[in-house]
Amino acid sequence: MDKTQEAEKKMFVGVDLGSRAIKIAAWQEGKMVDFKIRESGFEPHRQVQEMIKEYEPCSVVATGYGRHLVKEYFAYEVITEIKAHGLGVHAVLPEATTVVDIGGQDSKVISLDGRGQVVNFQMNDKCAAGTGRFLEIMAASLAYPLSEFGPAALESDQEVQINSMCTVFAESEVISLKNRGIPRQHIARAVQASVADRILSMLNRVGYGDTIAFSGGVANNPCIVEMVRRRLDNVQVIVPDNPSIIGALGASIQAGRAR
Amino acid sequence: MNTESFEIKAYPEMWKDLGMDVERFDKMRLMLGEIYCKTYLTQKNRPARMAYFDEMIAEIHGGRIKELLAAKAEGHPVIGTFCVYIPEEVVLAAGGICVGLCGGSQGSIPDAETILPRNICPMVKSAFGFKVGRVCPYMQVVDFVYGETTCDAKKKTWEILDTMVPTYVMEIPQMKKQSDREMWLHEVKEFKAKIEEVSGKEVTVEGLNEAVKVMNSKRRALQRLNTLRHTHPTPISGKDVLLVEQIAFYDEPVRFAAKVNDLCDELEKRIADGEAVPAKDAIRIMVAGVPMALPNWKLHHLVEGAGAVIVNEESCIGTRYYKDLMDEDGKDMETILADLTKRYMNIDCSCFTPNDERIDQVLKEFRESQADGIIHYSLQFCHTYNIEEIRIREACIKEGIPYMFIESDYSPEDVGQIQTRVEAFLEQIHG
Repeated sequence: MDKTQEAEKKMFVGVDLGSRAIKIAAWQEGKMVDFKIRESGFEPHRQVQEMIKEYEPCSVVATGYGRHLVKEYFAYEVITEIKAHGLGVHAVLPEATTVVDIGGQDSKVISLDGRGQVVNFQMNDKCAAGTGRFLEIMAASLAYPLSEFGPAALESDQEVQINSMCTVFAESEVISLKNRGIPRQHIARAVQASVADRILSMLNRVGYGDTIAFSGGVANNPCIVEMVRRRLDNVQVIVPDNPSIIGALGASIQAGRAR
Repeated sequence: MNTESFEIKAYPEMWKDLGMDVERFDKMRLMLGEIYCKTYLTQKNRPARMAYFDEMIAEIHGGRIKELLAAKAEGHPVIGTFCVYIPEEVVLAAGGICVGLCGGSQGSIPDAETILPRNICPMVKSAFGFKVGRVCPYMQVVDFVYGETTCDAKKKTWEILDTMVPTYVMEIPQMKKQSDREMWLHEVKEFKAKIEEVSGKEVTVEGLNEAVKVMNSKRRALQRLNTLRHTHPTPISGKDVLLVEQIAFYDEPVRFAAKVNDLCDELEKRIADGEAVPAKDAIRIMVAGVPMALPNWKLHHLVEGAGAVIVNEESCIGTRYYKDLMDEDGKDMETILADLTKRYMNIDCSCFTPNDERIDQVLKEFRESQADGIIHYSLQFCHTYNIEEIRIREACIKEGIPYMFIESDYSPEDVGQIQTRVEAFLEQIHG
């Protein structure tokens, strides 16, 4: 094996230590060869260490809320989730110039140039409005497992309005709608419509191209994706396979670049 | 100064005499000392002459208060201020002393919220809370507080504050028409009468010219510092310059100007030797927006912690305070006061409408500071800066300047999000 071939065989790992889950992507010979997702739990850096051991990576790049913690222990470099999602989306959907990424505790709209570089972005501030955490709490207050929350809402055809995006106030709204006897799938739909409206307002602030990639854990919710689609004319909204690992994928690509 | 030996000195007896809540204040003192060590004294390669400013922090609740009490005993009134519209020259000419009051701490906000509504500016709440909780020696020392009408939260808070400490309110116009300028000149004259009454000393032409010289020297020293930090690579951290700009509001002005000039001498030498802080290729950020009152170092700490350096503050605690000077040899009172009015009406606070001068000023400072991008910083509920941000953003887009807007308060809860946004902004600039 000559030197270039050896370099190509090298394994690069991206770690996305998010608020709710740890995502790992392994990158080799210019493609993703494996990935893992696990709940963050306690002492996440130890879990990460255990999760990546088998790859014997020659370089690790970390992203997500715990990126600096990972760096302290073993990462070569850190990049933000914003850059990571840009790189990840560009690798799997190069035609997308806009990324909607909604994770456990924040939501972002990222605008990319043709090379996948970030040219502009918007991110929520300290409040959890419209994030995965918001959906979790709303699903729980309507007694849905998270995985059924989206599909159930898709079955509703009735327009009910949730006005507040604040997790605390929206929960009181949900409770008062429940107590008016409104079926829960209608309320579920209203909650998800309010998240879609918020995504739209962020998209309008940043501006968007004709192909939008929807990444992050919330892209697994078919109702929100559908509602975002319905709110946009002549725009393709594409959810990549395994949308929650896009950040880790971007980090693994960066790991390959850095070395 | 090393981190182990630094502490903010305690003066419990003096604090007790000032009617303060000593036990609680002592805890705040320890916290401030800890934050200062973490934020400032861990910086590498600081200019040696920052030692004076470290000492000003160590003595912030003691040494400087003693000086103020001694001056008061000699008949010099002490005026607490919140805003760069205070005509300091007039106060100095009457033998008075201006001190900027504390308003940058989360610690006093719960005190304020026992009275004031929660949904108002954190700076107003913080300052008001220091009086409510009796946890600011400056607030206890002042003869009266100078308030103004630059925002609704302030002007209505003065009514409540006045029940606890005498509060004099000057009306600041909201437009810059001839009639507004005349109104402000009239306000300046009334203020002059007020300060003469409190100090028992008449403001004379000679006295006022002398005071103008003192203030000009102080502002010139700050201009010099700002010009030196604009050098590429910069010889001083943004955090350190912000600290000097903050201390400008409570130090004795003649001594302060001398110390800033001493620091500048050292910086000139550093520049000649090619000594840079932090790294020569660090991304340079200019901050524009609202004042960062002591000890609000949040944004600077995050930006510089991410490896960039702040090279300009377009802010009241920043260039807005020192960019304009006055004529030093006014012939008569009327001419000097007219010149003073003109100087203060050049301040481009967002309380004015229209305020196109500020947009030009931001772009000018961006070019002068050789920055790579602008972060507009606003406090929550500061409507005028938050809305004016739109025009600053539009101007930056038009000029192709990398730009980001951060709205925050003094609480630590959004540090994670702001850190991510700052780092992403730096990645965006870096390409």
